[in-house]
Amino acid sequence: AALAALPAGALRAAEHADVEAAIAAFAGGAPVKEGGVEVEAPEIAENGNTVPISVAAEGAEAILILAAGNPNPDVATFHFGKLAVPAASTRIRLAGTQDVIAVAKFADGSFGRAARTVKVTIGGCGG
Amino acid sequence: GGWGRLMAAQSLTQDQLLEFETTGNVTLIHVTDIHAQLKPIWFREPEINIGVGEAAGQPPHVTGADFLQLFGFRPGTPEAYAFTYLDFVALARSYGRMGGLDRVATVVNAIRADRPDALLLDGGDTWQGSYTANATRGQDMVNVMNALRPDAMTSHWEFTYGVDRVNEIVETLDFPFLGANIFDAEWEEPAYEPYRIFERGGVRIAVIGQAFPYLPVANPRWMFPNLSFGVREERMREVVAQVREEEGADLVVLLSHNGFDVDRKMAARVPGIDVILTGHTHDALPEPLVVGKTLLLASGSNGKFVARLDLDVRDGALRGWRHKLIPVFSDVIAPDPEVAALIEAERAPFKAQLEEVLGTTESLLYRRGNFNGSWDDLICNALIEEREADIALSPGFRWGPSLLPGEPITREDLFNATAMTYPAAYRTEMTGEQLKAVLEDVADNLFNPDPYYQQGGDMVRVGGMGYAIDPNAPMGRRISSMTLLRDGSPIDPQRSYVVAGWASVNEGTEGPAIWDVVESFVKRKGVVRIDPNATVRVAGR
Amino acid sequence: MAKIKPRVKAPKKAAVGEIIEIKTLISHPMESGQRKDSKTGERIPRKIINKFVATFEGEEVVSADLHPAVSANPYIRFEMKVPGPGELRFAWTDDDGSVYETSSKIAIA
Ligand SMILES: [Mn+2]
Ligand SMILES: [Mn+2]
Repeated sequence: AALAALPAGALRAAEHADVEAAIAAFAGGAPVKEGGVEVEAPEIAENGNTVPISVAAEGAEAILILAAGNPNPDVATFHFGKLAVPAASTRIRLAGTQDVIAVAKFADGSFGRAARTVKVTIGGCGG
Repeated sequence: GGWGRLMAAQSLTQDQLLEFETTGNVTLIHVTDIHAQLKPIWFREPEINIGVGEAAGQPPHVTGADFLQLFGFRPGTPEAYAFTYLDFVALARSYGRMGGLDRVATVVNAIRADRPDALLLDGGDTWQGSYTANATRGQDMVNVMNALRPDAMTSHWEFTYGVDRVNEIVETLDFPFLGANIFDAEWEEPAYEPYRIFERGGVRIAVIGQAFPYLPVANPRWMFPNLSFGVREERMREVVAQVREEEGADLVVLLSHNGFDVDRKMAARVPGIDVILTGHTHDALPEPLVVGKTLLLASGSNGKFVARLDLDVRDGALRGWRHKLIPVFSDVIAPDPEVAALIEAERAPFKAQLEEVLGTTESLLYRRGNFNGSWDDLICNALIEEREADIALSPGFRWGPSLLPGEPITREDLFNATAMTYPAAYRTEMTGEQLKAVLEDVADNLFNPDPYYQQGGDMVRVGGMGYAIDPNAPMGRRISSMTLLRDGSPIDPQRSYVVAGWASVNEGTEGPAIWDVVESFVKRKGVVRIDPNATVRVAGR
Repeated sequence: MAKIKPRVKAPKKAAVGEIIEIKTLISHPMESGQRKDSKTGERIPRKIINKFVATFEGEEVVSADLHPAVSANPYIRFEMKVPGPGELRFAWTDDDGSVYETSSKIAIA
């Protein structure tokens, strides 16, 4: 058992109202359906300070990324021009086990969302 | 003693153990999780191995009498001794030690005599786990394994010698060190060879390597700071497609250190893998488990078994197979003289240290089991007394052979249970709440119903504190009734307790090496006795 | 602070219409504004890369608005369809107004 770096809360942090507010602001109040966007992330973070994630959504103009369990859920927004494939990867900070959420804005003005749970563990007791 | 042993040994012959009806055109030989055991050892298989979710009650989560029944073995037979914990001490005295790389070499050579181009594949956890491996930073194992001429290996504990040491050794190997899931953490590009194509018996065989996915979580990340691992199912899908379509592979073999349940899930989700040679969870199954069209082999640990798999591959497809998990009875299988000499040469410089007797054990010392083992009870007792702690924690490692009642405990035996590169025995204060968080975290690594979240160790061993656990409960609700054993008081979430443990993954952890703590304890006691451990109550048992 | 240095991995040659992968890294602490100095106990002010823009021959390909939850040494990977030969330009904007730039040329194979 590792001892020093206990996560802020052993249980998954509750999604806060900020998340829904950020999504509503991004969508300008338009409805956001489930799906149409992919989030890729490791099942368990190797290091909560640098978690690789990828997002992709065919036909998207922009993708908003949120970390639902961070004190501030904002992570990044990617905008895709005509030459771009609407997909991007980056590395992010996660304060504990939580959902990483992606919301895609499509050219026709519709929106889609998806989430992926990333576990942040104390680690250290493998075999 | 000797009498029963003679009787039992006489009823077994090397020819019988190696007997095999050669099949098809390809032979794979699989060894895994040898954990640096050059010499024959005792190894008691687990009594408790709980599966969760879809794996509940499925092999390898079947032990003891249920195991015998499932595979049609009778109690008291060589199979009962090799595959289960039943009557372990009595059967050990009858059948003798298992393994020894000189005996493994004999088995491998015999298979090659029958099929000269058989592939020998090593599933990793090869270089760590003994006094001599620690002293030579894996070199003893590299030298001896090289004599067996493996065709490929994958890895886990290898990386606990540090990435530089791994790369230094890999440079010298005549065979590939495979890991399709190992990436450099900066640019996220493959860091090691993902696969190797072999031509055997007119068949193009792709051997894909998969290292332990949770190395940076379960072991100290600072030892290989620029590497990233992970299950990476998508990557596996791509690599399988690549070897099939671009490389024209007729047969796809995954040399895996995922752990059995992770491989079972991967087999069901990634099409196109013919054979998975599983590792890491140290399971031994006498026959492959078939998932869809994929064969999963579980070939044991510590050199106790060698798996032979013959395959009939025609027109790019697997038409048939025959398998045998050969138990390496060390009194029955003759040591290969060349490898035996090599082993002695590796051990010679350390002979005096290895053989020093520290004390005697009155009890069977073993490690495997989901919640405790008597070796870890001994380690926890030593931590509590030598470090003056309320509570001791010992990691749920699955490596480490057994010792029989009445045997001396040598320094070699102690290192077989403790040898690793981050042995500091820390002493710290933790609140009851923090202790609960640690137990919940480890329990979820073991009992998460989704195998991709499982890290493949056992539960952290606890001394000085009892608890109840419900493996099927969600994270945060598995652990209850934590009790300080010294006075029977419930653990207070707010109160601080002095906790001693070892093998912290945090850089800069301070304390004496765990083997020094246990050596001092054993020497002081002279004779150690471990009472049956009833401090963990498991729901439904 | 260590020198802030952008790095890019992009192919030097591609076919017209080919989809290429571009990877970028910039050494930067991405000070979140949440951390406290371990000696003084004072909050360390926020200083992050808040904007990334990649253009091809002046046309925006990808841009990103970044928040403190992006890790130190921001890594961004994206893909683009090559319309012809030209120059990719990359710019990272710091909270302090500094702009760090680099570029990469693509020839037609
Ligand atoms: Mn192992
Ligand atoms: Mn392992």
